[in-house]
Amino acid sequence: QVWQIRLDMHLLNHDGNITDAASIAGIVALCHFRRPDVSVQGEEVTVYTPEERDPVPLSIHHMPICVSFAFFHQGTYLLVDPTEREERVMDGLLVIAMNKHHEICTIQSSGVVMLVQDQILRCSKITAVKVAEITELIQKALENDQKARKEGGKFGFAESIPNQRITAFKMESAAVDTNDVEEQAGEIIAKADPPAEVFANPVLHTPGTAQIGEGIESSWGDLEESEKEEAAEEEGDTEAAAFECEKVETEDTSTMRGTKNDEPIVLSDSEEEEVVILEPQELPRKTR
Amino acid sequence: PLPPGDTSVLAGLYGPAEAKVSKELPDRAALEVLLRPKVGLPGVMERSREQLLRQTCEAVVLGVLHPRTAITLVLQVLSDAGSLLSCCLNAACMALLDAGLPLTTLFCGVTCALQPDGTILLDPTARQEQEARAILTFAIARSERKVLMANTKGSCSVEEMQQCLAAAQRAADTIFQFYRDSVRRRYSKS
Repeated sequence: QVWQIRLDMHLLNHDGNITDAASIAGIVALCHFRRPDVSVQGEEVTVYTPEERDPVPLSIHHMPICVSFAFFHQGTYLLVDPTEREERVMDGLLVIAMNKHHEICTIQSSGVVMLVQDQILRCSKITAVKVAEITELIQKALENDQKARKEGGKFGFAESIPNQRITAFKMESAAVDTNDVEEQAGEIIAKADPPAEVFANPVLHTPGTAQIGEGIESSWGDLEESEKEEAAEEEGDTEAAAFECEKVETEDTSTMRGTKNDEPIVLSDSEEEEVVILEPQELPRKTR
Repeated sequence: PLPPGDTSVLAGLYGPAEAKVSKELPDRAALEVLLRPKVGLPGVMERSREQLLRQTCEAVVLGVLHPRTAITLVLQVLSDAGSLLSCCLNAACMALLDAGLPLTTLFCGVTCALQPDGTILLDPTARQEQEARAILTFAIARSERKVLMANTKGSCSVEEMQQCLAAAQRAADTIFQFYRDSVRRRYSKS
């Protein structure tokens, strides 16, 4: 049995170089994450909830950070951390992922530009400088968050949204005057129509099928009637058949009306001659 | 016990833009809402919330002014500390407002939690929502404080629902004032 870790990244705004941003976000999220504590005794594995034991961080060996370089004019011009406009018109892209120990983890080159060795070396030196800065920022942010959590201050994404910019506007929780709400509600109820009568007793046809309230009266009886009438006319039968049908119909509906206020009843007669009701996990049985 | 966090939802509105032929409506704009949860892929809960939001927005957006176009509203949940649906409603309205879409009225979302002893809590936290007997979310329009959408989880009596509704209508005034202040602030400095 192993732990499975899932990292969801949501891109909120794309203004260029999402690779770098995503790599920083990803590695910080993994460093920040805490998993439930586990103790293993032989074959027995106990997983503790966060309430029982403090969750433990993942073991992160090092923090690789990506830095992207955009090339223009066959390698003459080099831009670090391109914006969206720059990305659209660049000739080539070089991505170097490095950790603070100056170990290169990834190099990716794409585009129509051919790179010389000393260009790549220059880029890796720039990368080392940037990664050192970014790693320090990350450490500071993680420490601040840990301190805030321990001291009981506010933390989380909402707190990190800058408050002083024009596009962000926060309001402290406002008190709402709800003093005469009850009176107002009472007035509304008094003026409103009473709600429709509630049928609390469902009618059970069989276990598994129930009927609440009356549906529209089935007009199948009419169909049968008219069919039978036509058939009678054609075949020359008497009208007795049609009358019988009608009588059966009214009988059924009257039983329904009479018993709707009683305990849930089981309807054992129905208008159709043969009704097959499928029971869950039972063979279908016929009811008349 | 952890201190209460904030519920935040990021809304992005795109449109009225050209619609795919399969999705376009001949006489009005086709409104689509996408709700992305903070963790994981969108599931059934998100789909049902998307429909709620879509129908609420369709009631206020004057779609007939832009036929055969598509209006897409994308909501990303950034953090959830209770009252998420009303937060989505508020974000949706502000997005519609900020994009300059023609609307018949503004609307806001208010959540009420009905506690087992009968007290009404407005904008409950996640903990309060769990302990509540019923949670009611209302979308309330600005004109005459009419109800655009009501969503209930749990059971409550008719009187209690009317009380929650009246309380929500009061709270709506505060939220509409917040809309005015935000918009004023946004457009006051260049």
